[in-house]
Parts: sequence; structure tokens; C-alpha cells
Amino acid sequence: MYDLKALYEATSVQNAVELRLEHPEAQIIAGGSDVLVQMREGKRAGKELISIYGLDELRGVSIDESGNIRIGSLTSFSHITRDPIIQKYINVLGEAVDMVGGPQIRNIGTIGGNTCNGVTSADSASTLHAWEAIVELTGKNGVRRLPIKDFYIKAGQVDIRVEDGEIQTAILIPKASYENTFGHYIKYAMRNAMDIATLGCSVNVRLSKDKKTIERARIAYGVAGPVPMRAPHAEAVANGQALSLDLIDRFGLAVLDDINPRDSWRASKAFRQHIAVEMAKRCLFTSIQLAGGEL
Amino acid sequence: MAQYKLIRCTINGEPVERMIDVRASLTDMLRNDFHLTSVKKGCEVGECGACNVLIDGEAFNSCIYLAAWADGKSIRTLESLTGPNGELSDIQQAFLDEAAIQCGFCTPGFLMTAVEILETKKLYTRDELRKLLSGHLCRCTGYENILNAVEKTMKRRLGVPAE
Ligand SMILES: Cc1cc2nc3c(=O)[nH]c(=O)nc-3n(C[C@H](O)[C@H](O)[C@H](O)COP(=O)(O)OP(=O)(O)OC[C@H]3O[C@@H](n4cnc5c(N)ncnc54)[C@H](O)[C@@H]3O)c2cc1C
Ligand code: FES
Ligand code: FES
Repeated sequence: MYDLKALYEATSVQNAVELRLEHPEAQIIAGGSDVLVQMREGKRAGKELISIYGLDELRGVSIDESGNIRIGSLTSFSHITRDPIIQKYINVLGEAVDMVGGPQIRNIGTIGGNTCNGVTSADSASTLHAWEAIVELTGKNGVRRLPIKDFYIKAGQVDIRVEDGEIQTAILIPKASYENTFGHYIKYAMRNAMDIATLGCSVNVRLSKDKKTIERARIAYGVAGPVPMRAPHAEAVANGQALSLDLIDRFGLAVLDDINPRDSWRASKAFRQHIAVEMAKRCLFTSIQLAGGEL
Repeated sequence: MAQYKLIRCTINGEPVERMIDVRASLTDMLRNDFHLTSVKKGCEVGECGACNVLIDGEAFNSCIYLAAWADGKSIRTLESLTGPNGELSDIQQAFLDEAAIQCGFCTPGFLMTAVEILETKKLYTRDELRKLLSGHLCRCTGYENILNAVEKTMKRRLGVPAE
């Protein structure tokens, strides 16, 4: 038995918004792989829960009328990895979420939960930052969309307005962001399964037509700071430059101007800085190869 | 104040109906209300896989799944694998033959993930199987024999010769 005070099961997005306005103290539960664990640990004991798990309308991946990829917030990790749209346009996201926990966790965990928890180590977060995802929230005033970097406020806190009854309903990848773009994610952890990232790094590139120049490089980290973050100095080093191994080295070193990892029991700051440089280089190298560039 | 919900679902092929306490996990419901004690309580926080069951064909740790969500679902536990007179299925027999069982606590969870894997009817490499089975902890066997059992059953079912 969980120590929960009451369970309200939403029957539609609209109903979820109403339940949120009616019970402002209650917490949203999607797949529950964070919420139920924290309830067992006593952190969320005695709380009321609003379950949105039954809302099938929030599951699945599609392309909307503007060409954006739309990922319903309740889509599970295993369904994202298997989805043909994801595989075709942003395969790195499917690969990244395939590194979450183990198979059963990937069947229950949702991308909405992975971003709404505000956790820096979330395996989807660095890739979503690196692809400039848009977060869609639905509340009493309708739909609000904001860039993912503005969605994260601080560790464990995201911009969801409980007073407006908001829930996250989708994550969008804009067409301009995914077109002709290829990326790679590396999760550094102690074990291959059932482990949280010591550091996560996601890079993607768009090359020029002749595949000799980087038109656009983007890089983001998880666990390099309190929330997932881009590395703009490193991006500026690479953008518009001709492909070379030397460029990859300079790109890697430049991330040290951007990131701010901490000492924790998992790893020291110095170690995280060391692997951050190496991961940036390897991710860029692989992204260039995936984009058809030669090095 | 206790809160209850009427659940209608299919368990091991049989339609059932039950009033459940909304605070129950699916593990609680399967063990206490249906006496399906193959569903083990290990860590109860999603780490070990001892409580794993199939819901609509996918593997879930029932300890972090609300019983209330079972409504409308088809749930399968280890008890569904044996024949009418208790005959073992091929995958259970393979676990015995390969000595993939010692204390047996992890076994029902592993078997249900093995069923999910086998039902995809795909041929996986050993490394892929290792990853697909990585959501389970076993304190006894060292995993190799479990991998052998799943790999051999997969190949037998697909008609691929075991090397
Ligand atoms: C054994 C184990 C291993 C794990 N390993 C990893 C790992 O390797 N990598 C990783 O990134 N994570 C890991 N996790 C954490 C977890 O599985 C993920 O964070 C998952 O994405 C959470 O999704 P959920 O749907 O289960 O979220 P929930 O637990 O339901 O919710 C998480 C948080 O988000 C809020 N929320 C969820 N959905 C919405 C929504 N649509 N609108 C508003 N608020 C919402 C909830 O209120 C809660 O605060 C692990 C968990 C377990 C139990
Ligand atoms: S008891 Fe459910 S995963 Fe350990
Ligand atoms: S056989 Fe004992 S835990 Fe696996």
C-alpha cells in the first residue's frame, strides 16, 4: 500500500485541468516511476495524487500541420525508441531514452515525467535542450508554449503554473531544428543499466551541402549544472567552420567555458570536467559521421 | 478515509472484477486479492524486477504501478505459463535445464520478461538479450545461465540451430 491520501483519476485533459484547480495541493502522477518511489521513501507520503496515466490522447508521436514533431507527454520511453518518426528524424532521442533505467522502467516512464521532474540527470533532457524543444502546457487559459530552456527554473523546479491548472501535454521539435540534422548522445554512468548519469552529453550538427562545413552545431549537457544546459561557447567555436579534427579538439575544450559541474558522491568536479571535454569531442565526431561528413 | 475503486480486468486470461483500495500497488492486488504469489515483493521501488508482470504484452514492475490503473487491462503472471495439469512451458523447462534457478526469488520476474522477448519473435544477439534482461537482479546465478536459457528457447522457437 502506498501512503497516499486520495487519488483523482483524470478522464480528459480538460478534466485534469479542473482537478488541478480543485485540488491545488495534489500532485500529478504520470507513469509514477518518480512519484511512487518518492512516496515509498516518505518524501511524498500522505499526498493527494491526480493521475493522468489513463489519458491515451497524450500518447504517441506525430507531425503537426507546421511540420513540427509532436511527442505526447505520456509517450513511454520504449514507444519513443520504437517510433518510426523518431527513428527517421531524431533517432538520437530514441537512443537516449533507451538508456533510462532498464526495460520495465522504459515501459512505464514518460517523457513528460522525465522533464517535469526538473532533474538535471534526466536522460531525455540534454537531447531536448540540444534540439531546442518546445514544451506545451495546457491550463485553464488554453495552451502555452515555451522553449525548453525557459521551462527549467532551478533544480527540481519547472515552469508549470499550478494556479492555472497546467499540465504538460506535449513536447515539440520544430522543423527548423530537426531538418538535415544528425546527433549523438553519450551517457557516462558506472553501470550499463539501472544507473543515473554521472554526466550526459548530446550533440547534433547540420552540415553544408558539400558536407565540408558545419552550418550549425548544438550541444547540451545533463549533470553539468543544476539543470540541463547548452554550451554556447563551444557552439560558437564550431559554427560555420570547416570540418577538421583540430576543430573537434577546440570544440571540446571550449565547453569548459560553459559548464559548471559540482563535486558529488558520484564523481568529482575535476573528473566531470575531464569527461565533459572527451564526450563533447566524441559526440561531435559521431554526429559529423552520421551527417555524412568525412574526417 | 479509505477510498475504493471497482476494477474490471483480465488476469491470466480470465475476466475478473474486484473492489480495490486505491492505495494498493498492482503487486498488492495480485498477491492479496488473487493469491498470485509468483509476483514477489523485493525492493518495492522498481529496481529489482522481482514483481514484474505483463500488462497488455509489455513488462512492468508491478510494485510501482497503481492497482487502480489495472482497469481494462490484460495482465499476465507466471501462473499463466503452466499447462492445465501443471506442465511447464518451454521457457520454464529451459530455466531448469540450464540451472538458471537457485533460490528462485528472481525467477518469475525474469520469466515474464523472457516471455515479452520471445513474443516479439525476433532473433536477438547475446548482447541485445543482456540489455533486454537488464531490469532484473539475481543474487545467485551470475546471470549467464539465465541468458543461456532465454537464448536457447529463442533459437528453438525460431528454428535457428544453437551453435
Ligand atoms: C529503477 C529506476 C531507474 C531509473 N533510471 C533512470 C535513468 O536512468 N534515467 C532517467 O532519466 N530517469 C530514470 N528514472 C526516473 C524516472 O523513470 C524518469 O524520470 C521518468 O521519466 C519519470 O516519468 P514518469 O511518467 O514515471 O513520472 P512521474 O513519476 O509520474 O512524474 C514525475 C514528476 O513529473 C510530474 N509530471 C509528470 N508528468 C507530468 C505532466 N504531463 N504534467 C505535469 N507534471 C507532470 C509529476 O508530478 C512528478 O513531479 C528511474 C526510475 C527508477 C524507478
Ligand atoms: S519489487 Fe518491484 S522492482 Fe523490486
Ligand atoms: S536465483 Fe536467487 S535471486 Fe536469482
